[in-house]
Amino acid sequence: MQDKFILSMLVSNEAGVLTRVSGMFGRRGYNIDSLSVGETDNPALSRMTILSRGDDVIRDQIINQLKKLVDVKAVALMDKENTVSRELMLIKVNSELATQAQIHKVVEVFRAKVVDLNPTNVTIEITGEKSKLDAFVANLVPYGILELCRTGVTAIGRNSNILTEKESEEE
Amino acid sequence: MVLTGASILIQVLQEQGVDCVFGYPGGSVLHIYDELYKAQDKVRHVTTCHEQGACHAADGYARVSGKPGVVIATSGPGATNLITGIANAYLDSVPLVAITGNVALAMIGRDSFQEVDIFGVTMPITKHNYMVKNVADLADTLRSAFKLAISGRPGPVLVDLPKDIQTASCEYVPQPRVERKNGLKASENSLNAALALIKESKRPYIYAGGGVVIADASEELLALSNFLDCPIGTSMMGLSAVPHDHPMNLGMTGMHGRYEASKVLSMSDLIIAVGTRFSDRATGNKQAYQLGRKILHIDIDPAEIGKNITADAHLLGDVKLILRQLLEHKVSRTPSDWSAQVKKVISSPDHRLDMPEGQLNPQSAIEAVNVRLLPDDVVATDVGQHQMWTAQYYHFRRPRTFVTSGGLGTMGYGMGAAIGSCFARGKRRTVLFTSDGSFHMNMNEMATAVSHQLPILVVLLNNQALGMVRQWQTLFYGERYSNTSLERKTDYAKLAEAFGARGYKATDMASLNEALDKALSYEGPSLIDVRIGCDVKVLPMIPPGGTIDDMILKG
Repeated sequence: MQDKFILSMLVSNEAGVLTRVSGMFGRRGYNIDSLSVGETDNPALSRMTILSRGDDVIRDQIINQLKKLVDVKAVALMDKENTVSRELMLIKVNSELATQAQIHKVVEVFRAKVVDLNPTNVTIEITGEKSKLDAFVANLVPYGILELCRTGVTAIGRNSNILTEKESEEE
Repeated sequence: MVLTGASILIQVLQEQGVDCVFGYPGGSVLHIYDELYKAQDKVRHVTTCHEQGACHAADGYARVSGKPGVVIATSGPGATNLITGIANAYLDSVPLVAITGNVALAMIGRDSFQEVDIFGVTMPITKHNYMVKNVADLADTLRSAFKLAISGRPGPVLVDLPKDIQTASCEYVPQPRVERKNGLKASENSLNAALALIKESKRPYIYAGGGVVIADASEELLALSNFLDCPIGTSMMGLSAVPHDHPMNLGMTGMHGRYEASKVLSMSDLIIAVGTRFSDRATGNKQAYQLGRKILHIDIDPAEIGKNITADAHLLGDVKLILRQLLEHKVSRTPSDWSAQVKKVISSPDHRLDMPEGQLNPQSAIEAVNVRLLPDDVVATDVGQHQMWTAQYYHFRRPRTFVTSGGLGTMGYGMGAAIGSCFARGKRRTVLFTSDGSFHMNMNEMATAVSHQLPILVVLLNNQALGMVRQWQTLFYGERYSNTSLERKTDYAKLAEAFGARGYKATDMASLNEALDKALSYEGPSLIDVRIGCDVKVLPMIPPGGTIDDMILKG
């Protein structure tokens, strides 16, 4: 079973950390479907979200191997039911007078936003779960996609599920 | 007091109880070597012939002493020459602190002379590594490096020191030696599950790995075997954890393990694996390994649980403490005639694989050394057939007396490792079993052994071939001996003499015995070129991925 899962991590905000994490995945043959990282309110820590897949054994191995990295301060497997996950995409699509209205209709249905417009194309911003973005892209294919970029999934626990440094040490 | 970075390094080494380091000077570590010169009465520096030898020496030193080994190398090629040694220490969980010089911070990233990104290069083969970019961080970074190297599952840590960090100054405040961070016991829940698993078992089998040696847990391991009246098989790394003559010792398991060790394992209903990562060389076919038996895995590294073999129960923490916990809980098993069954296998003559007596062969050579050494004398090896024969035929009696490259299988490891071993215990006698293939890789370190008049005896099992590869070519490649017939014309005895050591040649038992008596009565390094046939095989052999049913018993 190649289940997808989201890992959320607190890592040192230092040189080489991204290489350490991604290197571990590459070296041991694990998949990274998406990776996003950014600073937190604590300048010493970054928050990293990795979308990966694999069976239970692989998933446990990934978590245990991540915990062995000195710069990884906390790792959590995000529970699907109790996680808010989002991804942001910017997508540029061909648009002519004839198709503009149709594209705007798609944008409206998906609650996306037009952020740039010119006579030949339109750039749209959309945020949502990965599946919503995938569906949005599928709907725009007929018009001709010029380019797109996605940030990768980022995720946070609902309610009082908070990832802290301590949490992983107690385990 | 305000000190330079180079001086702080030497101070922290002393703080951490380091009195012996191995290394090789160079342009980017000149400041460090200048400070070593000033502190030479406190920190001994052993200059090898090559940084790889220095790294293996630090590794051998660590394995024998139990203390972290320290190696120093210059930037660029000096640093890259450490790589095999660092990877070797990583695979065998050896505590090592590698210090490399680098070009000045302002020169980094410009492909400067002798610049290499050793920080990036060693990331996958270290527990952690650092590049110090501010002298104020230096002392604490070094302390962290020592702490990481010795804590939990030990391993190598590298600290890269740009040249200007070595010359910059800052306040240095001495601190006590860092303590090993672990001492973790198993949780009550996991302990109960483990005890239940053992209680259900009628035929438990203790499988001891290198973790038992590292954790100094031999005594507890033997007590557990005694308590459960059950046999012990070991991995190669765990060999020295169990005295050879222990009645329940089955010896090494796995590809070239003893028949009894694999046979009894195949009869067991529970494997109690202690401090081991279930290497493919030790398990063979993983499905068959687990079929019909439960696995209790005891280890300090959580990532080892379920990595290679699925455990039915596991205990996480310091194996010495965990074994004590099991003993305190009066661990017991279901009564059975298990130990009688085991003894029957051990005493059965059916699968004795002794080589012919009275003639010179690998077994008789190793046994001739064996009878002459004391229980605390150290045996080192290189990698290949001679290594397996040593594991099979040498009688290890004390932990930390076997220094060998397990996980990485590094040919050329032995000479440096033997040097480190000598320094670990006040120039204790060390015998290196090697071969013509392995010895040629790093024989340069014979010069280091001579410079320091080390009591190293090199027993070179010379079969004029890369024997282990040749064995595989015989068995699996239709006897097509591609590039394994060495046909070297090296006269090893003369070579030893040219280095300033003593050299002997043995062509039969009489000449071997004579050479051994002479060599072992000499305080300095010596070498014996022992002539053996090129088609002597390491047996038994379970082919890769095989089971005991596939065991090859006859050459």
